[in-house]
Amino acid sequence: MPVQYTSILEEHRAVRQAAGLFDICHMGQIRLSGAGALECIQHVTTNDASQLQVEQAHYSLLCNEKGGVVDDLLVYRLHDTYLIIANASTAEKDFNWIARHCTQHVTLENVSEQYGMLALQGPRSSDILQPKIDIDLSTLAYYRCGHGHIAGISTLISRTGYTGEDGFELICKRDNVVALWHELMRDERLKPQPCGLGARDTLRLEAKMALYGHEIDESINPLEAGLGWVVKFDKPDFIGKDALLAIRNSGVQRTLVGMELMDRAIARTGFPILVDGKEVGIITSGSYSPTLNKNIALGFVPTEHSQPGTIVEVPIRGHLVQARIVPTPFYLRPRVRKR
Amino acid sequence: MTEIPEDLKYTKEHEWVRVSGAEGTVGITDYAQAQLGDIVYVELPQVGNSVEQFGTLGVIESVKAASDLFAPVSGTVTGVNEIIRDHPEVINKSPYDEGWIIRMKLSDPSELDVLMSPSDYKAFVQSLGES
Repeated sequence: MPVQYTSILEEHRAVRQAAGLFDICHMGQIRLSGAGALECIQHVTTNDASQLQVEQAHYSLLCNEKGGVVDDLLVYRLHDTYLIIANASTAEKDFNWIARHCTQHVTLENVSEQYGMLALQGPRSSDILQPKIDIDLSTLAYYRCGHGHIAGISTLISRTGYTGEDGFELICKRDNVVALWHELMRDERLKPQPCGLGARDTLRLEAKMALYGHEIDESINPLEAGLGWVVKFDKPDFIGKDALLAIRNSGVQRTLVGMELMDRAIARTGFPILVDGKEVGIITSGSYSPTLNKNIALGFVPTEHSQPGTIVEVPIRGHLVQARIVPTPFYLRPRVRKR
Repeated sequence: MTEIPEDLKYTKEHEWVRVSGAEGTVGITDYAQAQLGDIVYVELPQVGNSVEQFGTLGVIESVKAASDLFAPVSGTVTGVNEIIRDHPEVINKSPYDEGWIIRMKLSDPSELDVLMSPSDYKAFVQSLGES
């Protein structure tokens, strides 16, 4: 995926207003099968996969014994197998991690190279896709998946995405993914905008979705990163549970917050955050928000300074820029009430 | 094909200068604006500031990254393009005209001799692998 096909701003706006298409073939795909597949997933992840119905997915985390995040991923329950969609740069690490911790009655396959994946995102996604696919998209709820055919190409489709808009992620055999792209682009009057990594980042940032290596990594636990909802303490033992219980009981020292910069300059990953002149935190991600026409950022601050309305400072190229902590997500898509 | 006007001189950092007597107008090239992507902010120098050849004049910030703006020649800043304060995207749309960045009085016009001609700059850009 390139950083941009035309312009980050144009691609971002296309997704918010109409539809964009992302080539996400780089994502890792791990298939788990066998009688022990669910037990394996329950052992290595924080969310409760036993709650998944067939053809349902959920967001989950691999944590280490200290409660640090090894990766964030999606777990899909299919008919006879489970599928894990992992970040590209961590797919091999995840595979090795799961293989090391699950040795009983489960077959693990890294099928990343066998499959391709595209993401169609935006309010017009359904209008674009419905004429081309043989399943009824109006019955495909958020985080549900199904099998269909697009131009004869067998596709696993899920109503998921990384943009904060309605949309679909499509998985097909690697050999077919180029044809799938062209099919989605075929109708000149209603086709998605090709979108690259730049827009992918500005979109997910507005929707306050974590990016591994920024908001989460092995030194960050899900509770401080606002991902407590992905940790199901009712589950029987999982890797990291004891550590996370202890953190929950004692309270998190630092908290991930959203900020609006009160200046035209952009706060970037790694920039320090100051309160009362003292360096107390760090920016994890920052960019210009096309939807808000403001500069926004995510970062960690001490929990006692994390209330919305708090003013912090970020040094940018030698001068201190003020930022206001704001509630997140920065952007929430308009929901249409179904009657 | 990247646009490279014939009446300008160019730097390796992709700035251009248009000279009229001892006055110069400075901006960034079409290649530079394409590489940067959508420009969202420009840190402009103060009028009256002096600068050395290839010294930092300001900063151009795009969604992707912030990039220093360097002075093609030594001199004093006599004007800045106020339009680009609120509409930095004008640099992307018109890097050689409406998107000019600063005006300056040259202190040593002979410094222009070390800058690239349009054909030198064209060869330079091609050597970078994209044009």
